Amino acid sequence: MTITYREAVRAGMREALAGDERVFLMGEDVGRYGGAFAVSMGLLEEFGPERVRDAPLSESAFVGAGIGAALAGMRPIVEVMTINFSMLALDQVVNNAAALRYMSGGQLSVPLVVRMTTGAGRQLAAQHAHSLEVWYAHVPGIKAVAPATVPDARGMVLAALDDPDPVFIFENAILYPLEGELEPDGLPLDRAAVRRAGSDVTLATYGGSLGKTLDAAETLAGEGVDAEVIDLRSLRPLDIETVLESVAKTHRVVTVDEGWRTASLAAEIGLQIVERGFDLLDWPPQRVCSAEVPMPYAKQLEDAALPSAERIVSAVRSMVA
Amino acid sequence: MTTKRAPRVQGLECEHARLLLHQMLRIRRFEEKAAELYSLGKIRGFLHLYIGEEAVGVGAMQALSEDDRIVATYRDHGHALARGLPMGALMAEMYGKANGCSRGRGGSMHFFDVSQRFYGGYAIVGGGLPIAVGLALADAMRGEPFVTACFFGDGAVVEGEFHESMNLAALWRLPVLFLYENNLYAMGTAIERSQAQLDMELRARGYGVPAQAVDGMDVVAVEEATRRGLEAVRNGEGPHLVEFKTYRFRAHSMADPDLYRTKDEVEQWKEQDPIALFDARLRKEGLLDDGALEAMEREVADELDAAVAFAEEGPWEPVEDLERDVLTQ
Repeated sequence: MTITYREAVRAGMREALAGDERVFLMGEDVGRYGGAFAVSMGLLEEFGPERVRDAPLSESAFVGAGIGAALAGMRPIVEVMTINFSMLALDQVVNNAAALRYMSGGQLSVPLVVRMTTGAGRQLAAQHAHSLEVWYAHVPGIKAVAPATVPDARGMVLAALDDPDPVFIFENAILYPLEGELEPDGLPLDRAAVRRAGSDVTLATYGGSLGKTLDAAETLAGEGVDAEVIDLRSLRPLDIETVLESVAKTHRVVTVDEGWRTASLAAEIGLQIVERGFDLLDWPPQRVCSAEVPMPYAKQLEDAALPSAERIVSAVRSMVA
Repeated sequence: MTTKRAPRVQGLECEHARLLLHQMLRIRRFEEKAAELYSLGKIRGFLHLYIGEEAVGVGAMQALSEDDRIVATYRDHGHALARGLPMGALMAEMYGKANGCSRGRGGSMHFFDVSQRFYGGYAIVGGGLPIAVGLALADAMRGEPFVTACFFGDGAVVEGEFHESMNLAALWRLPVLFLYENNLYAMGTAIERSQAQLDMELRARGYGVPAQAVDGMDVVAVEEATRRGLEAVRNGEGPHLVEFKTYRFRAHSMADPDLYRTKDEVEQWKEQDPIALFDARLRKEGLLDDGALEAMEREVADELDAAVAFAEEGPWEPVEDLERDVLTQ
């Protein structure tokens, strides 16, 4: 049966809410409104206001309350409306969620799941549309994942709830209408997936950029270049092994990352490949990232700021020419 | 003829009174020793002393039950000792030893002991408040009768997290007891220079949270007020705030030259020393004599010697374990 990415996230949450009374959902407009992106539509009616809990616009307090409830044995899913808003809760994330286990000498654990939207492409300008996942991926003590497919949209919610540590799920908002089959992925939370096998160049990406990257691979195939596309899935920890296995075949790699170029995930991946697989490379690792501007509103400017299939194709052409 | 039993803290029972004094003395002597050990380089990092504020931690903790949950601040020695964390584990923690209460990972500002429901010292001012709200939320959702008591200072009440947490706790009627330790200075900034509204009862009322303000140098008043607050919270009336007006006799930390307040002011407050005041009161009421106090001092000195020995003898965590407990293994 075909369902959307949005419905898949909801299905994961519904299963968790139904199966484990410790699970509850908390965030801005998750209940009566149905979720700012309609992800939690219907859950309030099904599970009631105690377990589908509308929170005031207090990101720091409700993310912190999620941490506290997790410390006390609950399994909260906290929804933050967008990654730009999540900056208001970074104190709780970095200073508490990520640090408490270590700082307490292993006494505490924070089985918290935080979901939020990320990414641009909807003309929402410079305060609703950035891809700041790398800030989370920088922090030891938390896990950061980015579902790019319909099965992962559901599966990652469930896997994150099974994890004893804080897991942050980044849902690129352009993916919500994406359709697909709901099938068990079978992959652990921290493993990358090969979404298209190929032998000439490795394209590593995640989240909202997967579709563009697969499109680029199709274009390249028409030009006789066989690209392998890797969906990183997990941003922390990074499954660099899977990328290196691919590079061992292809000897060329481009990382596609909607974050800003400087100090990006793509920068980290590129360097890890150089550190561990320098001899595998026929060409310096390349990256396609967002332009270094606050996201503009006007469509032609926003399009130009973001990675596109054309830019990916052109990066590959320069390597294989 | 019937005799009516006076409330516990009004007609002070001898045993309980001695317990309060003993607890305050333990904190005072522990911290004097910590300052000494800091000068010797045995304890490093930041060291924030609670000296002068002992009545707050001791009185409040006496009112709380062992099932209640505690969230403390970075000035947490007094809270931890009064809660019942072993003195040796605290000293060892400040030494950075593996037998410390946080395995030497936290130091002075981050004491933890889950077995005592002591959820830690939080060193981002105001950062513990949302955690307390969440602990209370979990208990409320499960219908547990526990209360989460959250300590914070006058620095925290101008943070956004204080506003957010008060609002959320009141909105959801959560069992949080807000314990406001107002020692008049956020590091070197006097409350008059940081708070537009100094009346916390008024501010709390703005969130729909009932509040009391009491003399934080009077351990009996502290315990009594905390009990009143707890009773309201346990009755399902939602959160409650108690403000303790207190003063730290020492500088903010060992690094603080204490230039922002006058010696006269400090000396005046020292006349309100919670231990000296309570000692005098007990003597006046005939509940304590010289011999009893001396015996108590000896007991504390012995406990302290043992704590220092425990810290001195404790092992260092091997460097191979550096990355242990970043995530669950």
